[in-house]
Amino acid sequence: MDDVHQNLPESSTRGNLVEQRTLFVSVAPAAMPTAKPIMKPIFILSKQLAVCVLQDPRVLDSMLPYLMTYYGNPHSRTHAYGWESEAAMEKARRQVADLIGADHREIIFTSGATESNNMAIKGVARFYKSRKKHIVTTQTEHKCVLDSCRSLETEGFQVTYLPVKRNGLIDLKELEAALQPDTSLVSVMTVNNEIGVKQPIRDIGEICRAHKVFFHTDAAQAIGKIPMDVNDMKIDLMSISGHKIYGPKGVGAIYVRRRPRVRLEPLQSGGGQERGLRSGTVPTPLAVGLGAACEVAQQEMEYDHKRISLLAERLVTKIMNEVPDVVMNGDREHRYPGCVNLSFAYVEGESLLMALKDVALSSGSACTSASLEPSYVLRAIGTDEDLAHSSIRFGIGRFTTEEEVDYTVQKCIQHVKRLREMSPLWEMVQDGIDLKSIKWTQH
Amino acid sequence: MAASSRAQVLRLYRALLRESQRFSGYNYRMYAIRRIRDAFRENKNIEDTEKIEELVNKAKANLEIIHRQVYLLILQWQGGKQMSIGYYWPTVFHAETGY
Repeated sequence: MDDVHQNLPESSTRGNLVEQRTLFVSVAPAAMPTAKPIMKPIFILSKQLAVCVLQDPRVLDSMLPYLMTYYGNPHSRTHAYGWESEAAMEKARRQVADLIGADHREIIFTSGATESNNMAIKGVARFYKSRKKHIVTTQTEHKCVLDSCRSLETEGFQVTYLPVKRNGLIDLKELEAALQPDTSLVSVMTVNNEIGVKQPIRDIGEICRAHKVFFHTDAAQAIGKIPMDVNDMKIDLMSISGHKIYGPKGVGAIYVRRRPRVRLEPLQSGGGQERGLRSGTVPTPLAVGLGAACEVAQQEMEYDHKRISLLAERLVTKIMNEVPDVVMNGDREHRYPGCVNLSFAYVEGESLLMALKDVALSSGSACTSASLEPSYVLRAIGTDEDLAHSSIRFGIGRFTTEEEVDYTVQKCIQHVKRLREMSPLWEMVQDGIDLKSIKWTQH
Repeated sequence: MAASSRAQVLRLYRALLRESQRFSGYNYRMYAIRRIRDAFRENKNIEDTEKIEELVNKAKANLEIIHRQVYLLILQWQGGKQMSIGYYWPTVFHAETGY
C-alpha cells in the first residue's frame, strides 16, 4: 500500500487544467478494458445536488457489514442470520423515527420517496373512496405527486391543484376554502426541490386537523436539514428519501400515523411485510444506510445549516453584486438556504448551462430534464417565460466547499457577462427600449 | 480506565487529521478536515470527565470509520491509475493520478 501512496502528491497544486468538453468527466483510459467508464460530474454544486448527492462515508461504513457478512433475510424468523438482519433493520427504523419524532412502528421502508408519495396519495384516496373523493394538492409539487393525482382523476376522484403566490408559498385561506366535506387528503411538500421554498407546514397541519383531513407532506428535501416533528406539525403521512440526506439510493421510507390511525390501501401486495402496507423483502443494507444517514443528519443538522446558509449567502450576494438583473425565484425568507434558484435576465438558460458545464448544473429538473420546457414550478410562481428559460438552480450541501462556491460564482459571472455581450435583447435594454413594447413579427 | 489526558486528546486529533488527509476524494477530504477541526474547537472547554470520555470514544470510532473508508477508496486504484472516485476540483484534475 505504501508504493500506492508515493503516487499521491502531498498537496493539491494547480496543475494542467484538463478542459472537459462533456458535461460529465469520463475517466477510463483505453488501457483498462475491464473497467467501466465512470462518468462523474466534477462538482456536485448543482441542481443535481438536490437530486443526487454524495454518500456520507459514515453511511457507507454502516452498510458494509450488511453487504458483506450479514446477508440474512430480515424476515426469516428461524435462524441467526435473519435475526441479525432483523435487529439491524429495526435499529434503522428507530433511527429514522427519532429524526422526525415518530414511533418506530410508524415507519415503513420503501424504495424511495416516489414510492412513498404514490403509496400515500393513492393508498389513502382509495381506502376512503366510498365516502371521500376529493384531494387537495399544490401546483408546485413533485412530478410523482402530480402524476399520482392525475391517475386518481381517471379513477373518478376530484383533485384541486392549489395555485401558489409569487413567492412560492400557498395561501392558507385558499387552502381552507378548498377543503370540502369529502376531502380525504391534503398533500403539500415541505421544501420545494426547485426553488427551495419552505411551506408553512405547522399552519397547514392545524387547518387539516381542524377539518379532520389527513395531511401528507413530501419531506424528501427537508428531512435532516430542518427540524421536523410529526406531532408538533400535525403531519399524518410523510415521505422520506434516502439519497437526499446523503444515504444510499433506492431506499426511502414513509411515516404513517398510528394515532389517530391512518389507513392505506397497499400498492404492493405480497407476504405482508411492513405492517402489510408494503410487501417485499426490506433491503437490509439500504435500510441500515438510511437509518445511519438519519442519525448523522440529526447530529449534524445545526452545523450543516449554519454552514450552508453562509455559503448560500455568499453565492447569492457575490452574484447579485457583480451582475445586474438577477432574480431569485421563491421567497427570500421562508426557504431552505441550500437550494437557490436564480434567473438571469437576457441570457439563454441552455447556453449558460453549457458554458458552466464543468460545474454540474442543470436547468429544468432531473425529473423533467428531457424537454426544453421551462419548469412547471417556475410557471406556477408566475415567472415570465423568458426568465423561466434562463433560470439555474444551485444546490449547496454538506460537502460543498468555499472554493467550489467561489469557482461557481466566478464562472457564472464570467459567462453571464459574455452571453449578455452577445445578446441583442441586452443591447436593446441598454439603449433604454422596453422589451415588452416590442411587436415581434413572424417570418 | 484512566481519564483521557490532554496529550491523548491531542494525539487523537492529530491522528484524525492525518488520516483524513489521505482521503482521495476532494469533497470527503475537505469535509473531514473541516469537521474535525470545528468539532474539537467547539468542545475544547469541556470540563466534565464523563463527557470527555464519551467524546473521546466517539472520536476513536470516527477514526476507525475514516481509516476504513480511506482504505476502501484506495483499494479502487487499479495498477496505480486511480479511477474517478469522489469529486475532483477541476483545476487540479490530473488524468493519471486523478488527484
